[in-house]
Amino acid sequence: MIRLARRAAPSRAMLWSSPLIAVALTFALGAAVFAAMGQPPLAALHALFVSPLTDMNGVAELLLKASPLCLIALGLAVGFRSNIWNIGAEGQMYIGAVFATGLAIHFQARWGGWMLPAMILAGIAGGLAWAAIVAALRAHLHASEILVSLMLTYVAALSVKYLVFGPWQDPAANNFPFTVSFEDNALFSPLMNYVAALEGTRLNTSLLLTLAAIPLTWVFMKLSFTGFQLRVAGDAPAAARYAGHSEKRAIWIALLISGAAAGLAGVTEVAGPIGQLNDRWTPGYGFTAIIVAALGRLHPVGIAVAALLMALLYIGGETAQVALQLPRAISYVFQGLLLMALLACEVLVHFRVQWTATTRSSQAA
Amino acid sequence: MRKLFGALAIAGAATAASLGGAALAQQPLRIGFVYVGPIGDAGWTFAHDIGRKAMEAKLKGKVQTTYVESVPEGADAERVVRDLASKGHQIVFTTSFGYMDQTLKAAKSFPKNLFYHATGFKSSSNVFIYNSRMYEPAYLAGIIAGHMSKSGKLGFVASFPIPEVLRNINTYTMAARSVNPKITTKVVWVSSWYDPAKERQAAETLIGQGADVLLQNTDSSSVLQTAQDKGVYAFGWDSDMTAYAPKAHLGSAIEVWGPYYIKVAEAHLAGKPFKENIWWGMKEGMNDFVNVNKIVPEAAQKQVAAKKAEIVAGKFHPFTGPIKGNDGSIKVPAGKTLSDKEIDSINWYVEGVEGKVPGK
Amino acid sequence: MDRYDPLIASGIAAAIPLVYAALGELVAERAGVLNLGVEGMMLVGALAAFATVAVGGGLTLALGAAMLAGVAAALAFAVLTLTLQANQVAAGLALTILGTGVSAFLGRGYVGFRAPATFEDLPIPGLSGLPVIGPLFSLNLLGYAAIAMLALTSWFLFRTRAGLALRAVGESPAVAHALGLRVTRIRYAAVLFGGAMAGVAGCYYAVAQFKMWQEGLTAGNGWIALALVVFAAWRPWRTALGALLFGGVTGFGLYLQAAGVHVSPFLLGSLPYLATIAALVAVSASPQLLRRHAPASLGRPFFAGD
Repeated sequence: MIRLARRAAPSRAMLWSSPLIAVALTFALGAAVFAAMGQPPLAALHALFVSPLTDMNGVAELLLKASPLCLIALGLAVGFRSNIWNIGAEGQMYIGAVFATGLAIHFQARWGGWMLPAMILAGIAGGLAWAAIVAALRAHLHASEILVSLMLTYVAALSVKYLVFGPWQDPAANNFPFTVSFEDNALFSPLMNYVAALEGTRLNTSLLLTLAAIPLTWVFMKLSFTGFQLRVAGDAPAAARYAGHSEKRAIWIALLISGAAAGLAGVTEVAGPIGQLNDRWTPGYGFTAIIVAALGRLHPVGIAVAALLMALLYIGGETAQVALQLPRAISYVFQGLLLMALLACEVLVHFRVQWTATTRSSQAA
Repeated sequence: MRKLFGALAIAGAATAASLGGAALAQQPLRIGFVYVGPIGDAGWTFAHDIGRKAMEAKLKGKVQTTYVESVPEGADAERVVRDLASKGHQIVFTTSFGYMDQTLKAAKSFPKNLFYHATGFKSSSNVFIYNSRMYEPAYLAGIIAGHMSKSGKLGFVASFPIPEVLRNINTYTMAARSVNPKITTKVVWVSSWYDPAKERQAAETLIGQGADVLLQNTDSSSVLQTAQDKGVYAFGWDSDMTAYAPKAHLGSAIEVWGPYYIKVAEAHLAGKPFKENIWWGMKEGMNDFVNVNKIVPEAAQKQVAAKKAEIVAGKFHPFTGPIKGNDGSIKVPAGKTLSDKEIDSINWYVEGVEGKVPGK
Repeated sequence: MDRYDPLIASGIAAAIPLVYAALGELVAERAGVLNLGVEGMMLVGALAAFATVAVGGGLTLALGAAMLAGVAAALAFAVLTLTLQANQVAAGLALTILGTGVSAFLGRGYVGFRAPATFEDLPIPGLSGLPVIGPLFSLNLLGYAAIAMLALTSWFLFRTRAGLALRAVGESPAVAHALGLRVTRIRYAAVLFGGAMAGVAGCYYAVAQFKMWQEGLTAGNGWIALALVVFAAWRPWRTALGALLFGGVTGFGLYLQAAGVHVSPFLLGSLPYLATIAALVAVSASPQLLRRHAPASLGRPFFAGD
């Protein structure tokens, strides 16, 4: 019989090794699946996890993909810590992108070097505004933020379509749904302009925003009083109310922060690798970021690592298709398995596994 | 732990190296395909994959293809195109217009490779466009619709108001009105290329408003199946959909990408890489209208066959004037035929289509 | 009146699978478990049902297969969250990914043809001809069963001891445990029931409504079902209301398009979502009218050894 007993304190050893155990478990399971499919297991695993990392371009792409995931997840974590479930980060990302695009296509010819900073602020404002709707409805009208934020995501997506099929459509685009391309002053400059080793890669300066956000989030949650209030609100709501922390305030702050982060991520995408707004841009980062936040255990460093892992899983799935013609569906299976294994192995952090031999001897003990 | 990973890495590298070595010995032409959906979508991507397989079959041993499914049309697409190009795929086909800018960007870094982009309008020194004239089989469908519709009302389940879809709505309507001048077409936009639930509801709505022959531009067989359930008619789109609703299915307007893929591959193998932008239709075998239902009256079938022959011979172009817009203005004067560029940016409805083009 | 019947009928048809999925999730959430894997469970259920009829099985077998597949998927989630104490949000999302991938992978051979056996409409003579409510009486077997499930679930939750126990677990598992209730066992049952219902919803899509299989067949409806549970304030009959509202407003938007109303289809497409928000706000703003609060322990793990 296997029994679980809660540990007095989370095991530090397991904190580091449980992810590795999970990865090993998934590798083993995956190898078995591949072998059953007639695919060489080691080659498949290599294609999925190792080949994306074998050159600078691969690493740059990994960072490019992980960056917005990490950014959004950091914002979400603040909210999740206080039990505010913002499921609509995707929509907030779209609206952030919309605000930034609005500035870009109307003013990029005239605002020179101020264009990009203005777009960044606009993106944050857009995400903030969209999340504010959720916050207002939750704080003052008790409407579930899960439902409202999710519904608003669909509305945001349709708004983007409306804009690129209508008023913001590039007149030279043959009636295809996209805006004019952004000029250089409305784009994040490629990092390869500053770092020779990154020659030929798409990594851009928005990475610096994400890198800055990691310690900022840590400081906010760990050291600021607001961060403390938010954590208490999540861990012990009754105590929070007794201490006079305003629940409404917590709701607003949590949603505004996650909205701002998502909006910023939106700008980094349209002013980054895409260079315009179109109706095809639906990366799903807002939803993947939820997984990243949970996997990272709502801790900034954990989130950074989890973002890299999710990006790797994603890119690896493509590489595996190219290298071995593994069907795309198998990479989803793999992602799901790995996530489940990671979650399962987390039990080892907080619980001890005990083997009780038979009922008689445990009674005797 | 490190030893284990090290061993895994070495084993993986060895396997990969041996795989690569085998390929080197024969040097088949490696061709990559970037798909926007899964090959199991029974629609757009499915048709491209049939084309890919046809190419492989015809040029057995001389080509080796790779495909990547469900690549989102955002930042990821550029990475995938680059990846294919950098891994020895001398030709890459990107099969959706949402890959246009990404293909162009990636192509700049790989001047020796050739890239072919479907349904776009920008090209470069190593990026070429290919497009199919689906509006031609849509016209043929319209002829049948004109004969089969008892209510005089047609329905169209549309995805997004891009020129390609507007063309199809227009030729469908024009053809039907050439048989029955009183016919009108209602259009419902579902804002998606694939959403069986919405497509079904859209079909039910159209049928509820009197439409009894439906055409679609979306990817599922939902519209066809709904038509069968309600006792009206519809057509298959992108691939042959007879099997889904044999009673309601009047014919399928399909894409046939095989001949184009074969041509590009053969040209490359012969040392004369294909460097043209093309827009092919039924004449070149890129589109077809198949499996006409036996219940379609003889006269209609004959008319369709005759029109098909005319199109194939290059004697008939659906966008030849006089064509009136549904706002009453003359869009194409008598005797004039719209150029490819004009059709590629069409943004109006012909007379007979109800409503206005969204966003205009 | 005749013009609106098709609208109502299509709204009801769209609502039925949403009701199944929402009911299942509702019961799970009433026990305190948030399972975001509804979409994944629906997809495996849909594939199981379609594959069964494709190889010649009958409709009952297909339904059973769908329920089994849903239960199996839910079991994985249950073990992770109830026994291994994993984070419910992450586990549910992992299940969605896994379910999507497994169904897409295994379903590759089942694309391209119509379901050989399907649930057909069974109109009740006389009643089905009534204006407005007529469509309620020409549903297929699964549709009638959905109405029965609504009644059954409501009765179970609010009129039986077992239902009371389940709700107690959802409100305060610690107190329930102290009272001698087997919290984990009850939660397992609730989650597995949710899986079975999601499976039925998938079966409906594959074998009753769309009559085919395709990757991602449910196109996001699992998320709508999740939202409906919240909208319904965790009361069964209201999931039907929410589902009808959602399906009805979607249909209404399409109706307006077909009728020639010149409003952007994108705006019309937003209507169902905006309507759901508006209805939720109306419901939540008046707590006296309708008691709405989430089961207090929703999303929190419970460990009996604590």
